[in-house]
Amino acid sequence: MGGSGEKPELIVDGRRLDKRAFDELRPIKIEAGVLKNAEGSAYLEWGDNKILAAVYGPKEAQPKHVADPNRAIIKCRYQMAPFSSLEEHGRTGPNRRAIEISKVTKEVFGNVILLEQFPGSEIDIFVEVLQSDGGTRAAGITAAAVALASSGIPMRDIPYAVSAGRVGEHMVLDVNKIEDNYSDADMPVAIAPRNDEILLLQMDGSLTKEQISEGLAMVRKAGETIVRVQREALEAKYR
Amino acid sequence: MQDENREYMLELLGKGSREQERGQFDYREIRIKKGVVPHAEGSAQVDLGSTKVLAGVKLVVGTPMQDKPNEGALATSAELLPLASPEYEMGPPSPEAIELARVVDRGIRAAEVVDMDALFIEKDKVWNIYTDIYILNYDGNLFDASTLAATTALLSARMPRLEGDEVIREGALEKLKTKNIVSSCTFAKLKAKLLLDSNAAEESIMDARVTIANDERVVRAMQKGLSGSISFKDLEQMEDVAFEKSKELRSSIAKALGE
Repeated sequence: MGGSGEKPELIVDGRRLDKRAFDELRPIKIEAGVLKNAEGSAYLEWGDNKILAAVYGPKEAQPKHVADPNRAIIKCRYQMAPFSSLEEHGRTGPNRRAIEISKVTKEVFGNVILLEQFPGSEIDIFVEVLQSDGGTRAAGITAAAVALASSGIPMRDIPYAVSAGRVGEHMVLDVNKIEDNYSDADMPVAIAPRNDEILLLQMDGSLTKEQISEGLAMVRKAGETIVRVQREALEAKYR
Repeated sequence: MQDENREYMLELLGKGSREQERGQFDYREIRIKKGVVPHAEGSAQVDLGSTKVLAGVKLVVGTPMQDKPNEGALATSAELLPLASPEYEMGPPSPEAIELARVVDRGIRAAEVVDMDALFIEKDKVWNIYTDIYILNYDGNLFDASTLAATTALLSARMPRLEGDEVIREGALEKLKTKNIVSSCTFAKLKAKLLLDSNAAEESIMDARVTIANDERVVRAMQKGLSGSISFKDLEQMEDVAFEKSKELRSSIAKALGE
């Protein structure tokens, strides 16, 4: 949302700029266990997004006063590399956007990790966006889910995430950067596939109730593909 | 909150006990007062039960954002002041404060409350709007109270005037040009139960929080917080309640503006 200058035609002859159908995902590739030092890790390519996720822990929570005697705490940092976009050099370190994304990402995994099994501990989740092309928070959650699963930390489910958006009268799945710059709405969603419950939901722009439902239906259908790619990455690691 | 207290409070809520017989989707008393800080271009204080929020708006001459050379810019921040709750600490803004500010900002921005084109002065020179949200007393539902305060402050703000390089902020001034009204409805999910406008005690045991910001026609922003999940059915119900309840919120704003 919020691009400059002339708005390009985002939809031509019923197809998007990159020739995708309205409900079509960009290609997704995930490799699990790519970083030797981390307990769990994953490298994900999602369209032109390139993301590394890594998990450390469970280990003793530091500093001690943040520890919860009943369960593990999660620390999470999402960050975009300053060289990740086609635009200028970004600012180093966490900005307000990154802090918010880190928070909602942490909350997603707070739902599925069996935190009660590790009282007094912390589990660290790192999401580093090396190259960005829209939809990085969803891609980061999808990657971090694989990193967590590959670490062996017990989880109730492996969440997936993807965003839906609106371009003019059309709801579209998996908005890329150029679409995001000029779209009329963006709605990132994370779902626990086992019980089909919503773990992350954000939105801005303008959507009717019907458009929200249509977007969520696209997200759930795409979930089947994303979940399959996540599983294949995990299976490949243990093959 | 301690796990034992949580169970006890859930039991009370299970019996339908909310303070002052408040219904599941009822707001506490809403009081909005505009112009509480006359030095600011716009200001408003919102009391939602004993939650107390002050928003102040200042306009500053600045440069436009690179990607929007013909528009002014909006910046919204929120401070969970240490005087507002024993839980709040001094120091840089917490992730909670940043999330609050960004969600309020998204609603106002997406609903196009401010006419951004009217903030253009000349090439490379625009008015930038700073909306600062001060949490004065915390008793739950900062999201809706803050959106009400920020929106009312913007809708009641005056437009400073430039005389050469001098900024005239007093006297006969026009109003800031606005185009829309936005409000938000924030729900707490506790186990399977949904509550609108939860107080601090209810928030201390909620599993998930969902904010829906909308105008008369469409949803403008949404944000789910915390680790609890919500179902697709929950979301549809919350959207319906938000559209219905926002009439009440918009009329509270209109009343405060004297319209």
